Amino acid sequence: MTEGTKKEKTPRQKIPEQNPAIRSKNFNEVNLGYTEEMALLEAKRCIQCKNPRCVKGCPVEIDIPAFIKKICEHDYIGSVLKIKEANGLPAVCGRVCPQEDQCEKECILGIKDKPVAIGNLERFVADYEREKDLVKKPAVPKQTGKAVAVVGAGPAGLTCAGDLAKMGHKVTIFEALHISGGVLVYGIPEFRLPKAILQKEVDFVSSLGVEIKNNSLVGKTMTINEMLDGEFDAVFIANGAGLPMFMNIPGENLNGIYSSNEYLTRSNLMKAYAFPKYDTPIIKGNSVAVVGGGNTAMDSVRTAKRLGAERAMIIYRRSPEEMPARIEEIHHAEEEGIEFHLLTNPIEYFGDDKGWVKKVRCIKMELGEPDDSGRRRPIPKEGSEFEMDVDVVVVAIGTKANPLLSQTTPELPINKWGYIVADEQTGKTTMEGVWAGGDIVTGGATVILAMGAGKRAARSINEYLQTK
Amino acid sequence: MFKIINKEQLHPSIAKLEIEAPLIARKRKAGQFVILRVNDTGERIPITIADSDPEKGTITIYVQEIGKSSALVNSLKTGDSISDVLGPLGRPTHIKKFGTVVIIGGGVGTAEALPIAQEFKNAGNNVIAIVGAREAGLLVGLEKMAEYSHRLIVCTDDGSKGVKGFVTEALRQLKEDEKIHIDYVLAVGPLPMMRAVSNMTKPWSIKTEISLNSIMIDGTGMCGGCRVTVGGETRFVCVDGPEFDAHEVDFDLLQQRQRIYLSQEKESYESFKKA
Repeated sequence: MTEGTKKEKTPRQKIPEQNPAIRSKNFNEVNLGYTEEMALLEAKRCIQCKNPRCVKGCPVEIDIPAFIKKICEHDYIGSVLKIKEANGLPAVCGRVCPQEDQCEKECILGIKDKPVAIGNLERFVADYEREKDLVKKPAVPKQTGKAVAVVGAGPAGLTCAGDLAKMGHKVTIFEALHISGGVLVYGIPEFRLPKAILQKEVDFVSSLGVEIKNNSLVGKTMTINEMLDGEFDAVFIANGAGLPMFMNIPGENLNGIYSSNEYLTRSNLMKAYAFPKYDTPIIKGNSVAVVGGGNTAMDSVRTAKRLGAERAMIIYRRSPEEMPARIEEIHHAEEEGIEFHLLTNPIEYFGDDKGWVKKVRCIKMELGEPDDSGRRRPIPKEGSEFEMDVDVVVVAIGTKANPLLSQTTPELPINKWGYIVADEQTGKTTMEGVWAGGDIVTGGATVILAMGAGKRAARSINEYLQTK
Repeated sequence: MFKIINKEQLHPSIAKLEIEAPLIARKRKAGQFVILRVNDTGERIPITIADSDPEKGTITIYVQEIGKSSALVNSLKTGDSISDVLGPLGRPTHIKKFGTVVIIGGGVGTAEALPIAQEFKNAGNNVIAIVGAREAGLLVGLEKMAEYSHRLIVCTDDGSKGVKGFVTEALRQLKEDEKIHIDYVLAVGPLPMMRAVSNMTKPWSIKTEISLNSIMIDGTGMCGGCRVTVGGETRFVCVDGPEFDAHEVDFDLLQQRQRIYLSQEKESYESFKKA
């Protein structure tokens, strides 16, 4: 150590992003990614803790210090392969994980300074491998002769399928929609997760030998029992929590009022933002209100802005501290000129004589004691009603379990809210040969949690298949 | 990709397509529908399954051209493929022995009602079919409907075939002039027709069901785009329907929601026709 010189502390590298005024008018990805130089500077900030806390913060326990060390060594491919030992979709997770609640929250540097930008580094190496076309297909393992059916090509299904294929089993994914990815394709917008990148991740899973059958609605086109009686030895159900929730307040069926599922499915899956090049339309309001405070609400309101809304507003009944959305999304939304009407709740919608929504009547809220979720309960402030002009409303207050599968499979154990009951550690259900994981078990949650469930189920299914 | 085994042009604006879809063919029951997407830029649209052949592995649909997506389907030929077909969707028709059942079909609704008429006949009902269209050329499925019913009444608005007048007039004659005792009515066709049938049977207290044709996207109950109010409650046509008790349906709301994309639909269709 040189006497008298204090080592300069490298600040956390800010990820380059599109300028807010420009990006709020296009659907291109907001974050532009680190340059190699930035990635190296950031990776060198990691002090390679002997007992890394970050690993414990990761729902799939990626060996974070190890992958970061490889970046320092300029071994970017080695780095992404290290990540892929635990997480098969690093290009996705690097973009959408709430790192501030997971790995980065635990980072020791965060105590006195800013944590290592683990998410940005994960994204960097995943993008590097893909852009340089260096993605290698792993060797085909010895086949076990066992077959597994996976219901749903979302994060849980793709992960479980990929892991089982690597263990030598024959896996088939049954997906209802015409494009795979689940929430990754219909829920998360292009400007957060480019679909071309997602498709490459899906293609990688296929390259492991997994067969993906789109246009297959399990429960209607085929049933779980047919699968188990037929060619499959086990089934993993990961069909998501796709039932939209409405507030059931007056006027909610007026024209121009959407569930976030519909609004985002039109825009993201069907590319309605490119109408008329793509045939599916979407109403491009001028004054759009989105009800909710999670990632789906942020995605919806920022989509509205990009579709040309002069006023794109969030109406959320709690305060900023309670908003469940990822910090970066809230931050980006603020920069893009999204209006935040917090501690506010809609109570009624009014329309014109043709049935189009024109106004929303709201009431101000104040926070009381915590409710079941642990967050302070919002209470309406009597006499604080007011009205706002709106021409499109998106209700993004959460989703519930879609009953379609459970209605057609009576032996499937479900709880009173319609979610499938499965063992937390293994994903096993009480129905013989059937596992479940992801949002259909937990309710709407995150991509990484779903992936973790997919991994655990794959391990458990593998054990079970060895006894058959 | 779903291959078109046979395409018949019944009328410049009406196509009958037999599509290779073995899994759907095996599972499908009367009253169910599919969601199809013709190509990569296409919309997802719901179309009722008119018939299926489980051995051959095919389903049959009838499509009336009313906009770009239906025009796209109409333009396909034998040997072409449809990118995506999802089904069978919706709850099957609830078939029961009611006694005397009147099946009313309007336009291509007649073809869609064929499997339902057949099931009601097989269940031991006395089936009277009333089918109508604006003109003779737009009538479909007459031969099969005659086979699946005990009595067939044909109506055309312009009198070019059968009785001149609306299907509702034929229904009224059955009930009021001929004094036929009717236990159940099922109507499939354009919304104004189904509404008129419902308004007619309501004071008669005859159980009436109709097959709703809302705008849909996924067809699996995940977006709520197809929501309607039935008996004061919100229902999704794609998973709770497509058939509902007509007397409970909020027709005003249904018609209001059908108009959401009128201007975009017009824009798309006009561009398509110019190209």
